[in-house]
Amino acid sequence: MATTTLDQNHAGHDAHEHEHHGPPSGIKRWLFSTNHKDIGTMYLVFALIMLFAGGASAMLIRMELFMPGLQLLEPDLYNNLVTNHALMMIFGAVMPAAAGLANWMIPLMIGAPDMALPRMNNLSFWILPAAATMLILSFVVPFFPGGGTQINTGWTLYPPLSLQVGMSMDFLIFAIHLLGISSVLASINIIVTIFNMRAPGMKFLDMPIFVWTWLVTAFLLILVVPVLAGGVTMLLFDRHFGTAFFNAAGGGDPVLFQHLFWFFGHPEVYILILPSMGVLASIVPTFARKPLFGYNSLVGAMIAIMVIGMVVWAHHQYTIGMSLGAVTYFMVGTIIISIPVGLMVFNYMATMWKGAMTFETPMLFAVAILMMFSFGGLTGIMLAVVPADMQYHDSMFVVAHFHYVLLPGAVFGLFAAVFFWLPKWTGHMYNEKLGKLFFWINIISFNITFFPQHFIGLAGMPRRIADYNVMFTEFNMVSSLGAFVFGLSHLLLLYIIIDTVRRGKQADARVWEGAKGLEWELPSPPPFHSWTTPPNLATVAK
Amino acid sequence: MSVIAKPVVGLITWLLLLTAASVRAEYGLNFPEPAATSARQIYDIHMMTMQIATFLLVLVFAFVIYSLYFHRKSRGFEADQNFHKSWFGNWSWVIVPALVLAVDLTIASNAQRVLEAVWEVPEEEDLMDVKVVGHQWWWEFDYLDHGIKVESRHVGKEKAGDLYLREVDNRLVLPVGKKIRFLHTSADVLHAFWVPELAVKKDAIPGYVTETWVDLDREGTFRGQCAELCGTWHSRMPIVVESVSEDKFNAWLEGQKTTMLAAAAEAGIDKEWGKDELMEKGQSAYNTKCGACLKITGKGLPPAFPALAGSPVATGPIAGHLAIVLNGKQGTAMVAWNALSDLEIASIITYERNAWGNDTGDVVQPRDIKAARTLAVK
Repeated sequence: MATTTLDQNHAGHDAHEHEHHGPPSGIKRWLFSTNHKDIGTMYLVFALIMLFAGGASAMLIRMELFMPGLQLLEPDLYNNLVTNHALMMIFGAVMPAAAGLANWMIPLMIGAPDMALPRMNNLSFWILPAAATMLILSFVVPFFPGGGTQINTGWTLYPPLSLQVGMSMDFLIFAIHLLGISSVLASINIIVTIFNMRAPGMKFLDMPIFVWTWLVTAFLLILVVPVLAGGVTMLLFDRHFGTAFFNAAGGGDPVLFQHLFWFFGHPEVYILILPSMGVLASIVPTFARKPLFGYNSLVGAMIAIMVIGMVVWAHHQYTIGMSLGAVTYFMVGTIIISIPVGLMVFNYMATMWKGAMTFETPMLFAVAILMMFSFGGLTGIMLAVVPADMQYHDSMFVVAHFHYVLLPGAVFGLFAAVFFWLPKWTGHMYNEKLGKLFFWINIISFNITFFPQHFIGLAGMPRRIADYNVMFTEFNMVSSLGAFVFGLSHLLLLYIIIDTVRRGKQADARVWEGAKGLEWELPSPPPFHSWTTPPNLATVAK
Repeated sequence: MSVIAKPVVGLITWLLLLTAASVRAEYGLNFPEPAATSARQIYDIHMMTMQIATFLLVLVFAFVIYSLYFHRKSRGFEADQNFHKSWFGNWSWVIVPALVLAVDLTIASNAQRVLEAVWEVPEEEDLMDVKVVGHQWWWEFDYLDHGIKVESRHVGKEKAGDLYLREVDNRLVLPVGKKIRFLHTSADVLHAFWVPELAVKKDAIPGYVTETWVDLDREGTFRGQCAELCGTWHSRMPIVVESVSEDKFNAWLEGQKTTMLAAAAEAGIDKEWGKDELMEKGQSAYNTKCGACLKITGKGLPPAFPALAGSPVATGPIAGHLAIVLNGKQGTAMVAWNALSDLEIASIITYERNAWGNDTGDVVQPRDIKAARTLAVK
């Protein structure tokens, strides 16, 4: 069955292979690349670099918080790092990594030869290094004479505070514009690819869930990113052209910015989480050796998350003094999101149920994600309850909550994806022992870092403070120690990846015993141009 | 180690860590004990949702762990290839959402009951109004019904000791047993009023007046902090509420009124003030009101807060110096300080122009300030 497909593929290749089909050599291969695999690789490498940059800023934050007092960082520098950590992780690490997965896997999974718009694909990646430069400049500029003040606003950039910041804020605004353009272009490309390039006979409801999650994510991005771009542009106008959209002194409304920001910001959470949740739909059935449970309800749940997720943004702003009716609506809407999200988690648990499971690194991450993400989701329901949120709001409890959602929900899903597909991408198997070691160090230190933050939040420690009272010392120390181990563990991840690429054992086409899907029909690594002849779905192992 | 032994060891380590931390009795794992009826309701709804969440988490963990242990290939378990096509597989998309909805409705209906009780300020009551104004980086409490104003600032480490960042110079004194309405607003950027024992948190937004209310039901000292990032010294905006009996509160009010009248009387004297007098007053006013940003050394914290020692403003023309103090500087944290009395401004400016080696010899009189204000109005 599988061999037939492969033969067809090779037959297509042989005629032209030497003239057109090899990758160009040298730097041109990357600069002018229109190949989805190369661009996917570049996205992933970029994301890995930004993961370390964002991680380094987190390490400095936790070092400062290790003890009460201001030891290491001036308060403005501290909050500049808080700002940078968030933006680098969200826009630099998670979103590009997810886009890298989309580039690599969507064409392989739907049997397409490449992305639908290969040149635009090149553009949407190469905007990113420019955006990252602007982002880094926004951090660096205040260190030079005349560079103005640090960005001490946090990633939410709330005015009027953001109107007080020096020119570094302008660099940041332009960085956000560029990042937004890049992700909107990538999203258009993904939607067009999924709509037009599926293998003959593949209906929407035959697509792997990962492809579905990216379809939903891409629509979300196109709908909400322009709102953020508009919001920060208004901020730019307030800062330089005397408009008063948000400046209360000129009759503007500081709360308007919050609405614009969170209209983007809340769906952004689902943008970060959905692709990783899609990866689980490939991983869990593979290692449970049985079909995915509830395919249709997963698709429905995702669409429900997208729709409801777009109309509950103001639960980030319960403290601004909304009317009773408004907060009631946002509370009920937010709590209702637990239905599709709960269904999603349930379906993965039911896929494990009565399976014949083995626990290679991707599966270990998948199981950990289900458990930790459930925990983060449940504290999310607590936060949705308005009267209780009057206590939690802007405390360390919130910090703990969203790290429990975003690390398992987004980042660990990406780690799982890397371990799952790295053998496919490189043709080399990673070292399973090191992979498992990384998993255990990573997951244990993650919990030591973030679990205690719930307690200090409830006890009364606000977020975004560089200095705190001695009563918060013990748990901050535990949290910081956990964070150092957690941060350092990623060097092991880097080593594993390099080791795999350079020395890993040859992997076969299927890699995993229970793997199903078009990507596993291709050799590992797949040829530079794959599916030049569309696969015949009837002959592929179901 | 086997697949199972590892998490077990991890769990035990974790539990040890937890108990080690929780034996510290003074260290909070949960909210502090509420000090108002409204806060008690909020505390109860917090405990209720937390218990429901914990129950659900245990349920999820139980299913996952059961499955991890029994449904393993190494135990020879055969995968059930048709589980997703069973009756449960066909109907789970209805059953699961229905169950989650039931939990959601339980939480939402209870939350709604508490929300209605605490969210809106009761209308019919005889309320005591306190206007809470956030400033970078101090709190102003205006007792609107009593004509009293309290400026509350954090106190340094030497004085505050272990309460550093939780201690202030002037506390927010409130009577027990009376419904108190807080009106929140801000003079510059966003702040948020948060005292965990009172359980209300509300943003202070320039151009807005938001409201919350409490009915304190026990005496005590309750400490909180500004919860919304407000710039450099966000961490130095503690709030200390002193909850006292009605009698003590009235006595405190009298004391405040006497102090205020004395200050007003002094500021009203129309006389030529001596340089030494102004310098002395200026130093204490500067250190309290300006010192947080510009530092008592006059060195500031450039580039956000430029130095005053040797600065072109503090050594240049008096009019320019005066204008910045009265009107503030757009696009920076320097706000208009025109709410200060003429005497206070005159003494601060005199101090700034003669301290830290500025030595201009200038003496600014309260009547100069008055003139400048009149000019600004015209």
